[in-house]
Amino acid sequence: MKRFAALFEAIDSSTSTKAKTAALARYFANAKPRDAAWAAWFLTGNRPRQAVPARRMAAWAAEAAKLPLWLFEECYDAVGDLAETITLILPPPTAQGDDSLSVWVEERLIALRELGEIDQRERLESYWAELEGTQRFVFNKLITGNFRVGVSALLVVRAIAQVSGIDAKVISHRLTGEWWPSDAAWANLVGAASIETDRSNPYPFFLAQPLEGGAEALGGRDEWLAEWKWDGIRAQMIRRGEVAALWSRGDEPIGAQFPEVMADASKLPDCVLDGEILAWKDAPPGSGTRGGVVMPFAALQKRLGRKNPGKKVMGDSPVIFLAFDLLEFAGQDWREKPLAERRAKLRDVVLSIPGGSRFQVSSELRAPTWETLALARSQSREQGTEGLMLKRLDSAYGVGRPRGAWWKWKIEPYTLDAVLIYAQKGHGKRASLYTDYTFGIWKDGELVPFAKAYSGLTDEEIRGVDAFIRKNTLERFGPVRTVKPELVFELGFEGIQRSARHKSGIAVRFPRMLRMRKDKAIGEANTLEDAIALARLGVR
Amino acid sequence: MLVAPTARGLYCAAGDFYIDPWRPVERAVITHAHSDHARVGSSAYLAARSGLAVLQTRLGPDARIEGLEYGESRDLNGVKISLHPAGHVLGSAQVRIEHGGEVWVVSGDYKLDPDPTCAPFEPVRCDTFITESTFGLPIYRWCTPDEIFAGVNAWWRANAAAGRASVVFAYAFGKAQRILASVDDSIGPIVVHGAVEALNRGYRESGVRLPAARMVGELGTKESFGGALVVAPPSAQSSPWMKRFGDYSDAFASGWMAIRGARRRRAVDQGFVLSDHADWPSLNRAIEATGARRVIVTHGHTTPLVQWLNEHGVEAHSMKTEFEGEAGAEEAGA
Repeated sequence: MKRFAALFEAIDSSTSTKAKTAALARYFANAKPRDAAWAAWFLTGNRPRQAVPARRMAAWAAEAAKLPLWLFEECYDAVGDLAETITLILPPPTAQGDDSLSVWVEERLIALRELGEIDQRERLESYWAELEGTQRFVFNKLITGNFRVGVSALLVVRAIAQVSGIDAKVISHRLTGEWWPSDAAWANLVGAASIETDRSNPYPFFLAQPLEGGAEALGGRDEWLAEWKWDGIRAQMIRRGEVAALWSRGDEPIGAQFPEVMADASKLPDCVLDGEILAWKDAPPGSGTRGGVVMPFAALQKRLGRKNPGKKVMGDSPVIFLAFDLLEFAGQDWREKPLAERRAKLRDVVLSIPGGSRFQVSSELRAPTWETLALARSQSREQGTEGLMLKRLDSAYGVGRPRGAWWKWKIEPYTLDAVLIYAQKGHGKRASLYTDYTFGIWKDGELVPFAKAYSGLTDEEIRGVDAFIRKNTLERFGPVRTVKPELVFELGFEGIQRSARHKSGIAVRFPRMLRMRKDKAIGEANTLEDAIALARLGVR
Repeated sequence: MLVAPTARGLYCAAGDFYIDPWRPVERAVITHAHSDHARVGSSAYLAARSGLAVLQTRLGPDARIEGLEYGESRDLNGVKISLHPAGHVLGSAQVRIEHGGEVWVVSGDYKLDPDPTCAPFEPVRCDTFITESTFGLPIYRWCTPDEIFAGVNAWWRANAAAGRASVVFAYAFGKAQRILASVDDSIGPIVVHGAVEALNRGYRESGVRLPAARMVGELGTKESFGGALVVAPPSAQSSPWMKRFGDYSDAFASGWMAIRGARRRRAVDQGFVLSDHADWPSLNRAIEATGARRVIVTHGHTTPLVQWLNEHGVEAHSMKTEFEGEAGAEEAGA
């Protein structure tokens, strides 16, 4: 535990990826296989289920520190993180243990969950008394099930590749999907010839870079594939023999949420497809439009997180898997082949499914020049898309987000000017600063809350707004402050729709702050009518 | 109320003087020379003698400042006042005010931990104690200065061994000198930013011993900073000024570094939890030592400290001041 905590500290305190990778490599090179497996598991974003409810932990920690609960809450409010608050208020450790990460996880952490409240409390207090500073913090994070570190899975992969001498792509593939840490798992991970025990594993997703400015700089139009950028759930469909699995980009198995897609998977030959799950309305017969139309994201949202959905939900929000790439065919890894070849195979595979299915192939935009393509892009909103994807026809399917082969060429966001009316403290890096804002727009001479936004400001701007909020608080409701309406922000968002669930009657997608409008008085902010007019522009 | 908040600052009507006023007044009693406490424009100032050199540079050569020894008393319109060490920075003072058989003490900013650059905090018995509460939550508990500086020395030593410079960002007045006076100067050369050097002069004139330090500007551009400890104000971070150090490790010294979020926001390699303010246990100890019947809590986490004291049988209230609270203090390198 000491060494894992030291690794966490090294990663957490450094801002250089080189230093982080070096610290990871040092850890993996020296750790016992079982500890290394657990470390890799945690650092790539896997989380154990919460072992003890947060409320109980807070109460026990407050009592152990001899603090009333209200004061604990004040501390929590200032720190913004439960595990850290507990770490800080508890008295210093009285004992010193030397057990390793795997012992702590397997024999203590996991066992905690099975215990009754009294035993849980007794054990927890003895563990706290044995751990100092960072170790205590890391352990608390693991218990609450929200251990997160400032390191990307990519760096972890790179470090393991460095230590094992195995290619990073192979490591990355082996780490994707579900696995459970053990000596054997580590041996598999870093072994030369690994037996791929879990045949349902997806490949790491290849991600696009945002394209700034025009597309002309990319060279000849004929070297590029252009398709719509859909706003759905990015997913991989795995079909290998009897195995079928659907994975989201967060490496989460999502097959149970989309049974109609899974049902059609049996019609596929052995292959792995990359694509987007979209809520999709079939075109009415005889309408002349082929293939149907995409429904707003809100329709898809009704399907998210809902396992084994009922008939009504499935009927209201039918989904398709819109495939745009083929990564594996008949047991062969196709990722190194050029995109043009993969797309040809993809069309073969999907279009030869007999009798139609939930699988479709993304259409390619024919526009022969960059100018005509730009014109097509300006129609994105009417198509229900976020813009265009540009992919080099000769590109391999890479790992992560390297520059140059895939670009997303998004349309300009919708914008509205709104007034800051409520504020709340952020979490993690932004705990103790007011960074979570609610914005209002005018309706009958009053500001009605219409969107929340957290991102888009520089650290310096955040400090300025934070200071403004502290000086201009009108009221406090728990953690929320009502702020004197004075600051106007230009908000950007991708989608806007009427919504009965929202107080303003409007729901926006991906709201963020584009800039502060110091030049604008609050009377110049937009109105609800303006927002409704925008909502009419988009697809319904 | 012997002392009450007004639009210009804390005011003692009986003695007709202000304590750390935030607008110009006739007579100001200054607890210490940090800019949120010592503001320009008042007609006459009274402050602790040991801090005069620094205060004069802050308020300008024309400011009329009178010095008072710690413990020496002075009559202002029938009110007896005296200044007592607050342990915050050089020349920092608590203000004791006695009138009509009642004693009030205004703490200013203070800490109980030892600091080689200033006189140690002196508990003063009183009826009413006006205390700061910058770090008034139980999450703030400092390590001893020995432990903290062992960490600073180890970091400097490791960087020096790797041929790197060690740049520590600290508020130019107080924190910077405390660091200079506390580190092991046998590890390597010490270099300071001009803003720090300006204050160092005042400290040296006042008889505080600081190790030899060269100003960055005095060194040639080709000179290597490898192995050196560089002390610079927070504003230097990520400015072009930093380029000259080549490969360096950076650190920030402040009480706010106790919180991971604040550490990460600073985006430095190291956060040293080093504060010139009292932590939670110290606040409680200091309050108890005054024997005060009533405690008035100002800038910082006033609400929780007030409630905590009330629950522990001490009558407590909060008082709104314009001294910089959490965010401001973070900038000031509290």
